[in-house]
Amino acid sequence: MALLRVENLHKRYGHEEVLKGVTLTQEAGETKVVIGPSGTGKSTLLRCINRLTEPDQGQVWLEDLEITSRRSDINQIRAKIGFVFQDFNLFTHLTALDNVRLGLTKVRRMPRAAATDRAMAELDRVGLAAKAGAYPAQLSGGQQQRVSIARALAMDPKLILFDEPTSALDPELIGEVLSVMIQLARDGMTMIVVTHEMGFARSVADEIVFMEGGVVVEQGPPEQMFRSPQIPRTGEFLRKISELYGESS
Amino acid sequence: MNLVFDPAWLPRLGQGVLLSVQLTAYCMGIGAVLGAVLGLVRVYGGGRWSPLYWAASAYVHFFRGTPLLVQLLGIYLGLPTVGILIGPFLAGLLAMTLNTAAYQAEYFRGAIQSVKSGQMMAARALGMSRGQAIGHVIMPQALRLIIPPWSNELIYMLKYSSIVSMTALRPETMDLFGVARSIASRNFRYFEVYILVALFYLAMVLILTVALRWVERRVRIPGLGTPGRGI
Ligand SMILES: Nc1ncnc2c1ncn2[C@@H]1O[C@H](COP(=O)(O)OP(=O)(O)OP(=O)(O)O)[C@@H](O)[C@H]1O
Ligand SMILES: [Mg+2]
Repeated sequence: MALLRVENLHKRYGHEEVLKGVTLTQEAGETKVVIGPSGTGKSTLLRCINRLTEPDQGQVWLEDLEITSRRSDINQIRAKIGFVFQDFNLFTHLTALDNVRLGLTKVRRMPRAAATDRAMAELDRVGLAAKAGAYPAQLSGGQQQRVSIARALAMDPKLILFDEPTSALDPELIGEVLSVMIQLARDGMTMIVVTHEMGFARSVADEIVFMEGGVVVEQGPPEQMFRSPQIPRTGEFLRKISELYGESS
Repeated sequence: MNLVFDPAWLPRLGQGVLLSVQLTAYCMGIGAVLGAVLGLVRVYGGGRWSPLYWAASAYVHFFRGTPLLVQLLGIYLGLPTVGILIGPFLAGLLAMTLNTAAYQAEYFRGAIQSVKSGQMMAARALGMSRGQAIGHVIMPQALRLIIPPWSNELIYMLKYSSIVSMTALRPETMDLFGVARSIASRNFRYFEVYILVALFYLAMVLILTVALRWVERRVRIPGLGTPGRGI
């Protein structure tokens, strides 16, 4: 069974239909990269998956659990789906350690000592054990994003959703975040990543999904998408972002 | 001019200080709890048409929109006409509490709304309930933001506590200003007595200001400096 299934997802804001029936399947251990022009509904899609935004129509399944069902305990489901935001959204009043620990003690109800050990281990995994006592405002953007990845990882998620995790970063800080993500992908984490970093897509993506105008235009493995896209618009867009963003990673 | 100060005034003025401080402390404490609840309801209590939101908003607008003195007299003179007997101290306390709660509700609303929306989103994305997110993420940040307006409100209420002198008739229920007026009305040393009273209020305000500044510094989030400092 697929780890995640998105079926015919629709979302409208006022008169504007942002998602017009998106369908996706994600296997465990897979890394999917989602690309597409601005305003195409990529963020909306990610937020509909864990219902930070309520979709109007369609279904999302995490294994055999229907996320979109009214009867599901959404908090319990969200605890299993990590979310990494473009602008980090670390809790500003908490240290890096407490940011990672909060979900463990409050959501997973782990005893404090165990939660501390786990949080330290995750900070270590993203190379920031030395910054455990620092507050977000004392960290660089790259460090903040790595803490937010540690915060997601600590929950033992089945899946992590990344919404443009490097778009708010200075170019010299992008690499440190991407290398953490590349390592995660190689370790077998299941990830859906909205990004324009085509170097990342080439090196670890199992599949690239090209969205435009609220629908999936084309999807396929990176080699195929880069070399011989079936739809001209896909090739055009890939060339454009490769020029714009380079292939820094 | 020949100013005469009499140390014999001090014990009574001291009692007045005590009563003013008590009134202010109680009304600010209870007002903070009520204000926090009202502020939370105004932000999270459902849409514009939810009864809860509507009730909280009506309360806030009513008590901010009418003078404290009118509220005090309404309570002190109005409640007995419906069979509820209430002394001047309680009437004063009730009026001040209801009034400051409305103002504090607005400070809480403002503080809660200035916490960035991404904070709530990140908390919910971790699997926290809305209540958990408010308790562990939103309020700890909002409470820091509320200290400066809350300090102002505290100082206002300390000085506004002098309105209970409108209703207090017996010495033991008089606040600092009421005591001063009663002393001065006997010895006609209005100028001296009121200078002394002003100094007492000033001293209390300064002490509170320093104390709250200290609290503000203590809970400041490291790395988030005072805007503008050192630029
Ligand atoms: N909360 C909202 N209320 C109203 N409209 C919204 C809201 N969120 C998104 N939209 C609209 O939905 C459309 C899709 O937005 P979305 O953020 O999903 O696009 P995106 O593909 O992530 O774009 P970008 O690459 O710029 O991040 C946009 O036109 C946006 O204005
Ligand atoms: Mg987006």
